[in-house]
Amino acid sequence: MIVAEDLHFGYDARPVLHGVGLEARPGRVLGLLGPNGSGKTTALRMLYGSLRPARGRVTIGGRPLATLRPREVAQQVAVVVQESDADTMLTVREMVTLGRLPRLGTFQRAGAADRQAIDAALARVGATHLAARAYTDLSGGERQRVLVARALAQEADFLLLDEPTNHLDIRYQHEVLGLVREVATSAVVVLHDLNLAARYCDDLVLLHRGRVAAAGPPDLVLDPDLLERVYGIGVTRTDAAGYPQLLFHPLAATSERLSA
Amino acid sequence: MARRWTAGLLAVLLVSVVAGTALGAIHVPFGSVVQVVGHHLFLLPGEQTWSAPRDSIVWEVRLPRVILAAVVGAGLAVSGMALQAMVRNLLADPYLLGVSSGASTGAAAAILFGVTLGLGEHMLSASAFVGAIAASTLVYVVARSAGRVTSTRLLLAGVAVGYALQAVTSFLIFASDSAEGARSVMFWLLGSLALAAWGQPLAVAVVVVLLAVAVLTVLGRQLDALAVGDETALALGVPPERFRTGLLVLVALCVAVVVSAAGAVGFVGLVVPHLARRAVGAAHTRAVPVAALMGAILLIWADVLARVLLAPQEIPIGIITAVVGAPFLLILVRRLQATAA
Repeated sequence: MIVAEDLHFGYDARPVLHGVGLEARPGRVLGLLGPNGSGKTTALRMLYGSLRPARGRVTIGGRPLATLRPREVAQQVAVVVQESDADTMLTVREMVTLGRLPRLGTFQRAGAADRQAIDAALARVGATHLAARAYTDLSGGERQRVLVARALAQEADFLLLDEPTNHLDIRYQHEVLGLVREVATSAVVVLHDLNLAARYCDDLVLLHRGRVAAAGPPDLVLDPDLLERVYGIGVTRTDAAGYPQLLFHPLAATSERLSA
Repeated sequence: MARRWTAGLLAVLLVSVVAGTALGAIHVPFGSVVQVVGHHLFLLPGEQTWSAPRDSIVWEVRLPRVILAAVVGAGLAVSGMALQAMVRNLLADPYLLGVSSGASTGAAAAILFGVTLGLGEHMLSASAFVGAIAASTLVYVVARSAGRVTSTRLLLAGVAVGYALQAVTSFLIFASDSAEGARSVMFWLLGSLALAAWGQPLAVAVVVVLLAVAVLTVLGRQLDALAVGDETALALGVPPERFRTGLLVLVALCVAVVVSAAGAVGFVGLVVPHLARRAVGAAHTRAVPVAALMGAILLIWADVLARVLLAPQEIPIGIITAVVGAPFLLILVRRLQATAA
């Protein structure tokens, strides 16, 4: 279980988080939602030590994150980050092999067990046929699958994903999140798309201006009135295949302002 | 595949060492080279059938020079490779850290003003080394801000400090009265292996470069992660800031040793990493040893050309590596455009 308590953080003088708390429980997919600048990526980065909270703390499996070495964190938490400027020349297989890094000693060479984990991870995301390709030659959806495979090869308890559906067309958005649901027992995922969150997450935390506006099951958090307040946009809720789905429209005030 | 490359290159390196020792203004037969070296190395018994001057040419003059060439080539190649990974820029070279400009300033000061520091014959190398370490420390301090060293800041600090020190060096030359001194500074700036001799500086260079090659090979996977990105490195348990700082110290030391022994030989550290990656892929565990071997071989042959082309006159080796390296770089640029398009 990953628990964050009372997280405070600011970039330079600009405060971003004011006392955010959340719990990522084993066997569940937690969605982090909120408008741009609400602090959801900042909060996620604190869960694996990329950012240190100014106040508050994060524990992983009961141990404070601040006392864990990066390697120990990486053994328990796998992160899917898409680097914006990655122009690596690594092949897909080499990229996935990096997932074994936290499991190997400095002088230890990758052995049969590592190769098996890599093969299994590639097969699990359906990327076996891509293994010899250069990572940078792949499409956005394929890259995302490879990064999920790398995280799987890491054999960590928790999977963290920062907007994994960015730049993907609708089919791949569903494919990637379906994959996360299928392969990850426990995950925290930052999402923009509320309908994807409704479809693929067990629990949601909605952030608004650095505070938790709501937390709980999708049915509870995706409340039209609440969303209207947080996002400043009109929301109508319907249902599709048993999941809440949302339709958005400009608020009267907004449309008037725009047309004025 | 990688293993075959490594084995093949090792064989080529061995042949190159013998050939590099045999070829020169005075040609020594390959067999003689093997005999003389065997005699000195293993104290092989038997009649000494060769003349004393030949013995001296092979053992005293050429072999230390060939070994220095190999060490300089290997050191520059792996330093370039590590820096390209650290700043994630394929055009980074070992001189990015301000090391060469610092060394040049140190060497120029020593040559032009005889700043001897009481170091006698090693005065030039020592002064260059001090300059190199001072400059890379400066780059590091400038690039560091709030305890973090990012790749962009490192790149910009390196360029800025480099230009500033170049200006200092130029001013030193300009302000000096000695035409002869200015000429030796120029010669040094272009790189030369003429100072090679058995002794402590060569031993230090060999040890430091071998250490750098070993460490960078062992940390190959961590380098791979860092080359993808800082967040990726951290997510895989490699703290990017601390790892980069450690690498900086290692690379600065390696380049400082190399540059103070042989001057600022250009292009090797820029071009060889690309050749190595093309041969065995970008994973550093494989690419680092291959780059070291390629750099060593390349520099041995560049030095042979430097000695032979206008014999008995010597051409600064930096001119040879630039003439060979620039076309490689142009081909690389064309290839990059082709893949990007």
